[in-house]
Amino acid sequence: MADEKKLFGVAALFDTADEIFNAAKKVNEAGFKNYDVNTPYPIHGIERAMKLKSSKLGYVTLFFGFFGASSILFFMWWALAVNYPLVIGGKPYFPLPAFVPITFEFTVLNAVVSTFIAMIAIVFNLPFNAHPLHDTNYMKNVTSDKYGVVIESDDPQFDENKVTEFLKSLGGKSIELIHNPEPKILKAFEPKFVVFLIIVAIITSASTYVTLNKFMYLPPFDFMLNQNKGSAQAESTFFRDKREMREPAKGTVARGFIPYAFNDPADTTEFYSDPLLPTKKVLKLGQRKFLTFCSPCHGNYADGNSRLRGFFPPGPTLHSAKVIGYSDGQIYNIITNGMQGIMPSYAYQTTRDERWAIVNYIRVLQRAQNPKPSDFSAISELIKESGNASN
Amino acid sequence: MAIDYSLEPVLVEGNPPLKELDEVIIRPIDLKPTRKYQVVLAFFVSLLIIGIICTGITFYYGIGMWGNNQPVAWAFDITNFVFWIGIGHAGTLISAILYLLRQQWRNGIARFAEAMTIFAVMCAGIFPVIHTGRPWLAGYLIPYPNQHLMWPNFISPLVWDVFAVSTYFTVSLIFWYTGLIPDFATLRDRATNKIKKTIYSVFSLGWRGSSRQWQHYEKAYMLFAGFATPLVLSVHTVVSWDFAAAIIPGWHSTIFPPYFVAGAIFSGFAMVSTVLIFIRKVFDMEHIITIDHLEKMNKIILLTGSMVGYAYIIEWFMAWYSGSPFELFTTLNRAFGPYGWGYWVMLSCNVFFPQLFWFKKIRRSVPVTLAIVILVNVGMWFERFIIIVTSLSRDFLPSSWHAYRPTLVDFGILFGSFGLFFTLILLFARTLPVVSIAEIKSIVKGAQPVHHEEE
Repeated sequence: MADEKKLFGVAALFDTADEIFNAAKKVNEAGFKNYDVNTPYPIHGIERAMKLKSSKLGYVTLFFGFFGASSILFFMWWALAVNYPLVIGGKPYFPLPAFVPITFEFTVLNAVVSTFIAMIAIVFNLPFNAHPLHDTNYMKNVTSDKYGVVIESDDPQFDENKVTEFLKSLGGKSIELIHNPEPKILKAFEPKFVVFLIIVAIITSASTYVTLNKFMYLPPFDFMLNQNKGSAQAESTFFRDKREMREPAKGTVARGFIPYAFNDPADTTEFYSDPLLPTKKVLKLGQRKFLTFCSPCHGNYADGNSRLRGFFPPGPTLHSAKVIGYSDGQIYNIITNGMQGIMPSYAYQTTRDERWAIVNYIRVLQRAQNPKPSDFSAISELIKESGNASN
Repeated sequence: MAIDYSLEPVLVEGNPPLKELDEVIIRPIDLKPTRKYQVVLAFFVSLLIIGIICTGITFYYGIGMWGNNQPVAWAFDITNFVFWIGIGHAGTLISAILYLLRQQWRNGIARFAEAMTIFAVMCAGIFPVIHTGRPWLAGYLIPYPNQHLMWPNFISPLVWDVFAVSTYFTVSLIFWYTGLIPDFATLRDRATNKIKKTIYSVFSLGWRGSSRQWQHYEKAYMLFAGFATPLVLSVHTVVSWDFAAAIIPGWHSTIFPPYFVAGAIFSGFAMVSTVLIFIRKVFDMEHIITIDHLEKMNKIILLTGSMVGYAYIIEWFMAWYSGSPFELFTTLNRAFGPYGWGYWVMLSCNVFFPQLFWFKKIRRSVPVTLAIVILVNVGMWFERFIIIVTSLSRDFLPSSWHAYRPTLVDFGILFGSFGLFFTLILLFARTLPVVSIAEIKSIVKGAQPVHHEEE
């Protein structure tokens, strides 16, 4: 790397296809490995003279063709039969023959595009405009009407004089020594480049701004803005009560609305029983909702020792015999309606399931304060197990 | 593969040296445009502008500016779409099918035909999009996760069309560009102007013409041709399903796919001939695009024209044999109804005149060929018009019959598409080599080594 003007190789030109064919053959027979033959058009049979392995591009095509076919078929099945099933023309969700055309088209598309990309970018390693051969007299001839051989300097047998003699003996004309070009270092902060970047930034942002803020408000893109509609707070010229915003018809019930029959902390035991099982998931939900809505007054452990003590009327402990004696339905009713004009209703902050989850969680807290003897044995069992596991 | 290349017929007349081929093919790119070229270009750009204005009128006032109305919801727009898609098919046929069949005479005309394919598909692509009335919503045709949580109806031929045409365009473009890479390298190494050189360098991707590259290149080219061949047949088949899957009399027919494909190749070859006759004359390429080329294309026109004629006869037979009174009525209505004149234009242009190509003298006469291929173009446009409009304007119930009349805007957009096509052709002819330099060199006499060894 120290020598910047390093020799890339020795090149020779030939006049006819027969000559280049023989030259390629001789170069290969002489045992050279890193050499190349450049021609203006494909010479048939030269791959045999050069003993090249046949192209593997077909495997890329095969793989991506199959990949395209299976992926689009799977996608269409998923889209029309799983994600958004629609009955179209009374046909089944997955009528295979009707999916054949698109599967075919996508297979072709995938195979061709992947083959092209694989050939250009991976096999040829293009674009490569900095290759040492470019801009040489040799290159200018071999893309027009001459045929050339170049033996590269990194070939194990390479020796400048010997190779030159060898190419001459093959009948090569205008032998040319090709050097590696001096590596170019691009300066990122060259004034011209910075100005270019600034101009690009200004044009991009200005056109984006104009497109989004001006252009999209011009016809025909403004069809969403200019509709015949009334806005909620505007005065209506059509309705007698001059209100644009209409009230729902009498007796309208919102979707999913279930009326709640009790307005005061009545004994609802016989109407409501806990519909949820005290599973881990339910208790987790109940804990989260309890900590959010209940703990500010009742305390994190429902013992009435809350962080708002002194600022608000204190919430009572939920471990009293009275509360323990409440039925699940009663506690649910209290959360829904509030209590004694001090505790507000939580019907609008929590869903029904969440309220039942809170009830479950309160029961857990109460049990934790007043454990049964069986709980102790269960806990010691657990500790023993975990101890064994850690050993 | 012991092919004796020395036995190949003469494909390039006069065996010019390779350097001269470069000169001839690249001359139109290097020279300043002549007065004649500018006049012709100005004419087609004017047509294009008329088309753009008419499209703008359509967008501003709505689709009511066209003559379409129920029940003739498809008219000029879909006629033009099918017409242009068909034009494109000849390009792929020449570049892919004839390549696989090792018809080396195709090398002289392949590049041009491929370019024509791409431009024709571009013209075709405009029509279904503007036909929807709200072209800015066309993105919903592509299956992407959108805010409606909806997918396109993959079992509709109209959605197949979207996939078929876009795949066709992409594959044609890749095929065309792959062929252009070595030519860009030739242009790059000839260029003396720095800007030109930079542009050609970028597009040539640094191609070196190495035999190690050529080997993969030829493999890939063959694979592309192998894929493009069924693709080109599928595209017009899918287009014909747009009609055949409907139950309208005159459309609901199993003969449509082969009939449409034959018609597409027929019209496409006619368009290739039409343009090549001018190109070879204007650019002095009569020894590259020879009279033999024109003759061979005329033979294909004769063949496909006869196939189309056969399909017309089968339509009559099926109208009677199906026993369906609606089918019979539609067929009679096509020939003798209000659009009967169009039917006879179609029949004479597509079936009668191409039959003159049975005579060798006519096949090899350039002016007569030009006249016939232009007639074929006209006839094929009328074919699509007749299929679409006669079937829709008089279907089952006489109470829902309605005559279709095109408006000026309809004509404006049709002319605009011709303007776009020929503008692109003219620009292409002056900016890129209209004949593949690498491919034409490879078939000059003595271009391939003589193999004596057996393998």
